[in-house]
Amino acid sequence: MEIRNLLNHTSEWLKGSGPNSDIVISSRIRLARNLSNASFPHWASKKQGEETLDKIKEGFSKVDYLKNTTFLELAKMDSLDKQFLVERHLMSLDHAQKTNSKAVVVDDEEIVSIMVNEEDHIRMQVMQSGFNLYEAWNIINKIDEAIAEKLDFAFLSDWGYLTACPTNAGTGMRGSVMLHLPALVMSQAIDRVLAAIAKLSFTTRGLYGEGTQAMGNFFQISNQISLGPSENEIIESINGLIRQIIEQEIQAREVLSSKNSPLLEDRINRSLGILRSARIITSQETTELLSMVRLGSDLGMVKDIDRRRINELFIVTQPAHLQKIEDKKLSSQERDIKRAQIIREKLNI
Amino acid sequence: MLCNICNKNPATVHLTEIIDGQMSELHICEDCARKKSQAMEQQFGLSDLLAGMADFDKTKSEASAIGMSVKCPICGLTYADFKKIGRLGCGECYNTFRKYLGPLLKRIHGSTQHTGKFPAKAAKVSRKRTGIQELRIRLSKAIESEAFEEAAKIRDQIKELENKELKKKE
Ligand SMILES: [Zn+2]
Ligand SMILES: [Zn+2]
Repeated sequence: MEIRNLLNHTSEWLKGSGPNSDIVISSRIRLARNLSNASFPHWASKKQGEETLDKIKEGFSKVDYLKNTTFLELAKMDSLDKQFLVERHLMSLDHAQKTNSKAVVVDDEEIVSIMVNEEDHIRMQVMQSGFNLYEAWNIINKIDEAIAEKLDFAFLSDWGYLTACPTNAGTGMRGSVMLHLPALVMSQAIDRVLAAIAKLSFTTRGLYGEGTQAMGNFFQISNQISLGPSENEIIESINGLIRQIIEQEIQAREVLSSKNSPLLEDRINRSLGILRSARIITSQETTELLSMVRLGSDLGMVKDIDRRRINELFIVTQPAHLQKIEDKKLSSQERDIKRAQIIREKLNI
Repeated sequence: MLCNICNKNPATVHLTEIIDGQMSELHICEDCARKKSQAMEQQFGLSDLLAGMADFDKTKSEASAIGMSVKCPICGLTYADFKKIGRLGCGECYNTFRKYLGPLLKRIHGSTQHTGKFPAKAAKVSRKRTGIQELRIRLSKAIESEAFEEAAKIRDQIKELENKELKKKE
């Protein structure tokens, strides 16, 4: 696989399909695994780290499920390519910044990605578009099983899979659902919802676009507890919570579009107007305006632009994507110009 | 509005953070957000938990002073290292520091019993191994309740079982 080729490809999680995809962007399951009798990445010497990397590479090469994947060693990648994969949510920013004995494994469809020697020896993730944690679990469970036949994992019958940080021990599993909640934010009910979530054992984060910026109206909710409940129980508890939040967002959207329809339509169409005509635009502004357009599309107020095209714009307007498209380094101002141009092209069809 | 962290740059990033059930609003600049997003991935409230553990350790200061300098036989990490960096050194550390990690896992997860899947290989091994693991749990309980005679017996049983396993491997 050539990293460049991903430019012409829509990641699975951005397809805008799947259950509840008006509100749920994507569902992701991550599993942390470590080899037995080998130091964790942060504690390993350079030589040990390399040995682990080789062992994992060798193990993966024998796994049928990973046939259509590419094993990318970070030491051999330039920083733009690494940032590009971070923007596509195929690896963490932290992983991209340290190169020693590290790798990322990506499949052609961008459903599966595996970080090698990040905080744990193996961190695999499967992403699905829409509200679909079980499907993500079914896929990752098979991959995990296939890998476990080739590599020995650190495991105890009472404490489960052993991880560098005890917060991940047990199932080693983190399920995350990324939500778009503009109506709850606009009606200022989001604080109440987040406070309710906070009482349960879940974490909420913003979505980090541009590697750094919290993007308006996007919230990622994940389980905090990984030891005790089974994988299915964890998924069920996340699903129960997400269903309630979806219900609240639907209600807030109904209230907004019935009571404040002119105001809402105005805001949505102004956002679209700016995106269609701006000549210079920052990543932050793009995100905020696209969020409104996405809401407009969900509510049928914007008719000619589908969700998938909006989802793609969130990603292709990120800095490394703009530079891959141009195939050269761009200054911040050059990026803002290029970003505006691409948005105009995609939204004025 | 100025950045809540550095108080220098204008705040352009607005975050709602929830750590251990506490919600707080943060308005910060791009630079601080970059640092924060990395720190958040790593910290995850663990420092608070470890700080809590320090108090727990004080009550058993004598036992812990010895325990803290014990090195993991596989990776060489001590419990003092763990408290400093918040990460264990290898899988075997969980056995080495079982006594301290049990209560910590309980605080983090509210449980110390995995009920999820087993790796296929471990499923085979663990049936043989549960004997040893069971004994290890009994050993740490015996030490905690200062039943040293019983502890010594259990330790011998563990050694015996481990030697048997080693011979099988050879
Ligand atoms: Zn700042
Ligand atoms: Zn160790």
